[in-house]
Amino acid sequence: MTALEASGTGKAPAVDAKASAAGDHPVTPATSNPRRDARRKRLEIAIFVGPALLIFFTFVVFPMVMAARYSLYKWDSRQPFELAEFIGLDNYTRALIGGTDPETQEIFWKAYAEPFWNAVGNNGQIIVLSMLIQLPVAMIVALVLNRKFAGRSSVRLIIFAPYVLAEVTAGLMWMMLLDPRGPVTQMIQGLGLPTPSQGWLEDPTWGFWTFFFIVSWKYIGLAIILFLAGLAGVPQELQEAASIDGASWWQVQWRINIPLIGPTVRVWAFLSIIGSIQLFDMAWVLNKGGSTGQYSTIATLMVDIGTQRNDGGYASALAIIMFIFSMSAALAYMALIMRRDTANGRTRKAKKGVKA
Amino acid sequence: MASMRKTSAAVAFAASAALLLAACSSDGTETDPTESATGGETSDAGGEPVTLTWWHNAVAGDNGQNDLGDYWQSLADAYTAENPNVTIEIEQIQNEDLQRTRIPLALQSGDAPDLFQAWGGGELATQVESGYLMDLTDTLADDISRLGGGVAPWQYEGSTYGLPFQFGVEGVWYRESLFEEAGITEEPATMADLGDAVQKLKDAGITPIAVGAADGWPAAHWWYNFALRSCSQDVIQSAGTSLDFSDQCWIDAGEQLEEFLGTEPFQDQFISTVAQTGATSSAGLVATGEAAMELMGHWNVFVYEGFTDGSEEAIDALHDDLGWFPMPATDGGAGDPTAALGGGDGFACYVDAPPECADFLAFIVSDENQAGAAEAAGILPVAPAAAEAVTNPVLVELSQVAGNAAYVQLWLDTTFGTNVGGAMNDGIVGIFAGTGDAQDVVDLMTAAALTQ
Repeated sequence: MTALEASGTGKAPAVDAKASAAGDHPVTPATSNPRRDARRKRLEIAIFVGPALLIFFTFVVFPMVMAARYSLYKWDSRQPFELAEFIGLDNYTRALIGGTDPETQEIFWKAYAEPFWNAVGNNGQIIVLSMLIQLPVAMIVALVLNRKFAGRSSVRLIIFAPYVLAEVTAGLMWMMLLDPRGPVTQMIQGLGLPTPSQGWLEDPTWGFWTFFFIVSWKYIGLAIILFLAGLAGVPQELQEAASIDGASWWQVQWRINIPLIGPTVRVWAFLSIIGSIQLFDMAWVLNKGGSTGQYSTIATLMVDIGTQRNDGGYASALAIIMFIFSMSAALAYMALIMRRDTANGRTRKAKKGVKA
Repeated sequence: MASMRKTSAAVAFAASAALLLAACSSDGTETDPTESATGGETSDAGGEPVTLTWWHNAVAGDNGQNDLGDYWQSLADAYTAENPNVTIEIEQIQNEDLQRTRIPLALQSGDAPDLFQAWGGGELATQVESGYLMDLTDTLADDISRLGGGVAPWQYEGSTYGLPFQFGVEGVWYRESLFEEAGITEEPATMADLGDAVQKLKDAGITPIAVGAADGWPAAHWWYNFALRSCSQDVIQSAGTSLDFSDQCWIDAGEQLEEFLGTEPFQDQFISTVAQTGATSSAGLVATGEAAMELMGHWNVFVYEGFTDGSEEAIDALHDDLGWFPMPATDGGAGDPTAALGGGDGFACYVDAPPECADFLAFIVSDENQAGAAEAAGILPVAPAAAEAVTNPVLVELSQVAGNAAYVQLWLDTTFGTNVGGAMNDGIVGIFAGTGDAQDVVDLMTAAALTQ
């Protein structure tokens, strides 16, 4: 999740910088030998891109292909793969519909499909709730922090701090705070209020909401920082002009600031959706997705089956399903929602290219 | 900025290259001498140099003490002093990391330690089927017969692949002073007695039983014991290989557990309680006198000791107040009421390990050294000749119960292997959480068994 976000946030400014640099130095020096130049260019590309491609193929593409292969086998992952047995798509049907054999479908549904769809449901709920809760909260905080007031930078720092903490650190901290005899429980009981009967994180009803609260606390800092960066790019003149025309602070936000940071919000939503599908570290640290899967995600289910239960084939099938989910979510989002943003970028670049 | 990035990348590359080189070179020094020694000579003083790598689970506790780890080191030193051509490299690894991650990965990569921890049962069977373990049947025949029936979990289809150094049964640990306070005069012998004791403790305002259900297995052990009482020896032992759970007794076990849970014997929020970490864990609750009882294995006396300040008086006071009784008998059921559940620790040799590995393993589990481990670190030795070295009165009682048991069954999750065992534990936690029932446990186990 973090790596994706980091690369996502890192890319946008880099593209801009390149575009403006090309604008400042319009003419590439003419060379006497175009063929030698072309070869040099290819060599440069190979040298600069080669290592990255090599790492990409070794650590991303190759494992993915291997996972796709493993997912077609019945394989106890503690045994050598030579002992595995080819079973076609059985691992996939087991996860999706409890297998195709009517005799065992009922228990397979209970043992495999139910936990799988429960995890998918949790991932889905986190995506939707992020949009419904994290987005407005982060937007309001960002708009407020965009005004000048004393101590603004320290407030920004505090709000961003959870995002910088390592997942494991934050998870252990919350585990201690939410312990059945821990400070949060005691404080709330001290106020005479009830606490979840089976504990914050393990209660069948409350477990998911406690988890969602922790995840929001952890990742909302990123949304706020992104929105603040977007707001910083909104031209002051527009806001001043609106104020002169008599617009109130809220009207300025609603009609100028929020529409103008639309692209930033859309990028954040994209990162949030992908991150929600791949959510793992926090759920795992806080007791492996919950003792009855209250906040299990596809990733925690996959790791549990793969490393604790040693069902390598089924875990690989879950990995591939998760990959298909995030890939199709990403492509659909790109095609439907971010099309406008990326299309603009492309035309702008193309124009510059013509000028040069 | 760009140049900074470049430097840091260069540094990172250099660092990873250094790591790689280090890994390669350490590899070389480890394997080369081993390979040259697989010729087969026994380890006499003039033998070729041999390096044995040894992975075990004795890590230091919260208070920094590591009695067993120190004892293993002293055994390695004694062995290398006698066999100067042998060097022993020890790695201490936390139990779950070792069992679930480190050993399986090392075995698969083919770069495995020579001597490593082995828990027996279904897991050992998988390792044998994969051809990872050295057959010790002939080389250590004398030691196998010396250790007797305790070796059974480390045997597969008539051959022996590992030797245990300790084996203990589980039962209910309790605080005698809290029993006294609640007016309980006798250790519960039946479930009805246990129910009475729970009620008396509740009336006295004491939490009757602590369980660390957040970890899964401590909760599951209650079900194991009900299964041991409701299923016959034959059903349980044949299920270990057939993975057939169609007998009604498996469902009865879950229903007995449901009934027992209905009397609310456990602490508040038991589903959120862990077993061993921190004062609010189940062991912590018993050690600090907040809860009266806990169902646990023989190791728990040391877990409780970890919650004292480590002084001799505090540990003595704890031992004075700590009682133990076997799992009470249930009404009906085909199981023998004296049967006990237990588990142990042993070591196995990697299939390509030098012959010195088996020799050193025999040295570790010798009568004398098991007695030494019992004295130094409080283990429960398997060797009958070392039994006298156990002095802790509770552990003596525990060994007697094990000795008098109709039979001792290895932990059910270890017996059934990680896949079925894991499904079983998940199902049982479902009963504890109120999200599943007795039938679910059997269904999850059956489904898992069908997939392997």
